[in-house]
Order: sequence, then C-alpha cells, then structure tokens
Amino acid sequence: MADVAEGGPPAEPQARHIIYCGVCTLPPEYCEFGGTTKKCEEWLKESHPDMHERLYSEEALNANLSSLSVSARERAAKDAAKKEAKAALAETRDAERKAAAKVQIKRVERNKRKYVTVISGLEAHGLDNKKLAKELGKKFATGSSVTKSPTGSEEITVQGDVSDDLFEWLVEVHGKVPEENIELIEDKKKKGSS
Amino acid sequence: MQPGSRSKVKSSVQRTLRNKLIETYPGLEPHIDEIIPKKAHLEAMKLPDRATLYTIDTNTLFFQPFDGPPIPHLRLLHAFPDALPKVRIDRGAIRFVLSGAALMAPGLTSAGGWLPEEEKALEKGQVVAICAEGKEEICLVGQLKMSTEEMKEKGKGVAIDEGHYLGDGLWKLNLD
Repeated sequence: MADVAEGGPPAEPQARHIIYCGVCTLPPEYCEFGGTTKKCEEWLKESHPDMHERLYSEEALNANLSSLSVSARERAAKDAAKKEAKAALAETRDAERKAAAKVQIKRVERNKRKYVTVISGLEAHGLDNKKLAKELGKKFATGSSVTKSPTGSEEITVQGDVSDDLFEWLVEVHGKVPEENIELIEDKKKKGSS
Repeated sequence: MQPGSRSKVKSSVQRTLRNKLIETYPGLEPHIDEIIPKKAHLEAMKLPDRATLYTIDTNTLFFQPFDGPPIPHLRLLHAFPDALPKVRIDRGAIRFVLSGAALMAPGLTSAGGWLPEEEKALEKGQVVAICAEGKEEICLVGQLKMSTEEMKEKGKGVAIDEGHYLGDGLWKLNLD
C-alpha cells in the first residue's frame, strides 16, 4: 500500500519514508507480533492518529482474524499472550536490576599522593564503557582506559583524583544513572596508612 | 548484536560494490544515486560470522555474508520496496518468521501466500523480499533455498533460512 508513504511514481525514483513504531521499532502493522502490542497501540494513537485508526479499526481487526482457521487463531492468540507476558516480565526485571545496580566511583591510592579513580557498574545502566572512557579522558584531560577488574568485570580507570567531579558529571550528563545509585568510595585501608 | 569495528571503504572498492549491487539487483538501478550518493563514503562494519555491514553515517544499507551476495537491509527495502522480486506468505506464518524461524514452503504455497508464475519463477539462491498477507511492508529478506517451482511441486521443506527479519539483531543494531 504505497498510498501511506510519500512514494513517488516509479518514473521519478524517490525513497519512501515509512513510520516505525516508537516502542518496538517495527513498522506499526507488525506491532501485533512484537509482544508489546498494547503499548505500541497507545504510542500510535498518540503520535499518528490517522494510522491508528486504519490499523486498529474494528474492520481491520476482524479481517485479520477471519483469514485464519479457528484452531490456528487460538494457537496464535495463546502464543501472543505468552510473548507479551514474557516481554512484560523482562521489562520489570530490567527495571529492577537497574534500580538495584550501583555505580561505584572508587578513589584508589597509587603512590602516596597520587590517585586513580575507578568506576565500575556502568554497564547495568546501559552505558558503554569504552565510549565513556574516551569521553572522560577528554573531559579531564588525563589518561582513561577500560580495564579488567580482579573479579573479571570491566571498569574504567581514570588517572588522577577526579571522583567528585566525576560524580557531578555522571549525574548531569548521563541522567540515566540515578544519583542515589552512585557510591563514592575512598580506599580506606591505604588512606589510613598514608 | 554488538556493533563491531568500523572502517572506511576505499573508493575503488565502493565502486565495485556499487556495480555489483546494480548487477545483482537491477531493480535498484534507478535509485542507486540516492542509496549511495557519489560523494558519500561508505563504511564497513564487521559483524559476527564474517559478515560485513555497509553503512553511510548511521544508515545501514547492505550486509554481506562471507560467501554470499550483498543483501539489502530491511530499512532500505522499506524505502525502495520494488527493488527485489517478491513473494508473499500467509498470515499464519508471520509470527514464526518474526520470531526467527526458517521460512517453510507451505507458508508460501497456501491460499494466503503468493509465488510468481511459472515464467517469472525464481531460482534457488536468488535473494527475495518477503511480504505478508494483509500487510504492506516487507518482513523478511533472504536467499531462496529452493526454486519457486520446486516449492509449488513439493509444497514442503525449508524455503529460506538465515534470513534478515523484522526485529532481529541486525534490525535492532544501534549505530550511534
């Protein structure tokens, strides 16, 4: 149905621009298979009401159903419900994990008055360690790299004591990380000895 | 799927690739300047299984498996839907396709599906776009595992596997 998009006639080749669902990224007509149908429908209703009308009208829904046999329809419905439940579960779990995940900013003493700052636990908040390390290096004009921690996970090591600035920067620039989830730690043991 | 390392494509390689595309997909020829503008610089990105993804800025254009022909990304196909030969699957098959199953011949031969007539039959190995009954957009692209005539004859077996479908890792790949 080329009439939806602004498609030129074949004589004048032109790219069509089609709308993708903001929730599941599929073209809206495939939302029903994405597992987040309800949310997709709401999204479409808000952002593209005309399209919503066309896709979710009574007629369209009935036409969809009539093309399948009864048993196939039942199976499909069951499957869709299962998928939806799964998607919802994954989402809540993800949110929980995010809420629980702590970002640690650690100040580690290297050599009496020299420190490095180690940041760990950023992956859980959907941040890319490698990119962030580069950004930090630029921001503080120091060496900054991704290193493996003894436990095997990855962390960012920034040279110099930048923990306070870093804390503010994280909260400001990366709003994704809630402030209360960031922990500032100073390596106490070494600090005591110095 | 994680984005891999990216590198600029040499202009000579870009030219060959462009010619190859026109050769493989004659339907794309009128659009080629729009897809790959003369001035634009292609970037190649490595994907798992030795596949390569070609992009311009953040637009994904094609991916190429190690040993196969370049296959257009679905977003590109949505922009130029007439570039590839099309077949259609019935409604019942959509949900399996979108969850990544191999496309089986019955989904194409049944009442809701559609295969080209005998004169326009597609050979094994041809890259086709698959649209779905009652839908406008293309939902899968891949290489045929058997010719369309064979499908009509046998009516069973795998028609396409390892295709690129809506919502797979490649579709969700975030380039920024």
